[in-house]
Amino acid sequence: MIKARVTVTLKNGVLDPQGKAIVGALDSLGFEGVNSVRQGKVFDVELDTKDKAQAESHLKAMCDKLLANTVIEDYSVEIA
Amino acid sequence: MKSAVVLLPGLNRDRDMIAALTKISGKAPETVWQTDTEIPDVDLIVIPGGFSYGDYLRCGAIAARMPIMNAIREKAEKGVMVMGVCNGFQILLEAGLLPGALMRNASLKFVCREVKLEVSNANTAFTRGYAPGQIIRCPVAHHDGNFFADEETLKRLEGEGQVAFRYAEGTNPNGSINDIAGIVSERGNVLGMMPHPENLIEAAHGGTDGRALFSGVLGIAA
Repeated sequence: MIKARVTVTLKNGVLDPQGKAIVGALDSLGFEGVNSVRQGKVFDVELDTKDKAQAESHLKAMCDKLLANTVIEDYSVEIA
Repeated sequence: MKSAVVLLPGLNRDRDMIAALTKISGKAPETVWQTDTEIPDVDLIVIPGGFSYGDYLRCGAIAARMPIMNAIREKAEKGVMVMGVCNGFQILLEAGLLPGALMRNASLKFVCREVKLEVSNANTAFTRGYAPGQIIRCPVAHHDGNFFADEETLKRLEGEGQVAFRYAEGTNPNGSINDIAGIVSERGNVLGMMPHPENLIEAAHGGTDGRALFSGVLGIAA
């Protein structure tokens, strides 16, 4: 079995109102000097295979087809 | 003209849409379920609003991968009219039938109120019941209606007259780029819009501004 972590983040230039709100909340908690927060998603995926190359290509296809909206999001795949 | 309404778990505006189509066309629309692979022979397919799959992953993302969407895509390619309202718009974008994306409202708040829409292009099958530039009333109710498209796509949408509806000046409720409220496909037979025209079609609603959209697309005298 292969364990992988897929990280989906907003593309540069796409406004992140939630990230901005988090900066505001951190500031009100007294965390000074937070210039920017960009919110993303993490998917921990377990795959029933031993073939790392195949796992990676499957995971990328999953990102393109479902896990990420490539209009606004980038993704990265990390295999444990 | 015959119509069909798509049903998915978590939608909640399906009854409003069925009522609107029934009242305006005089015929109850067919209904199709998410796992159906065929759609009856109709002229208009409508995906109503709501919260399909609880907005899990992204609004409309799961619904857009259901078997019914392949059937809708085939029909759209044949020129059948397809319309998505609110969650229906989000689903059409996720399915790639329209370009762009809908993000969390800039205010981060769920907005449920009436806005004013400007008919940006009255020369589409969906807007022909209106005058160019006409300002109409329309309710909105959403958390993720902040339309975004990259520069190139935006240029194309604006240049080709694919922006059907815009929030009238000062009423943009969600931060949508260029005040975009609704767009049509390149071919003009697919419409996606965040506001709810089905909720303003009879006197009891407090107005009938949404009626001309349905009568226009269904080819019925307003």
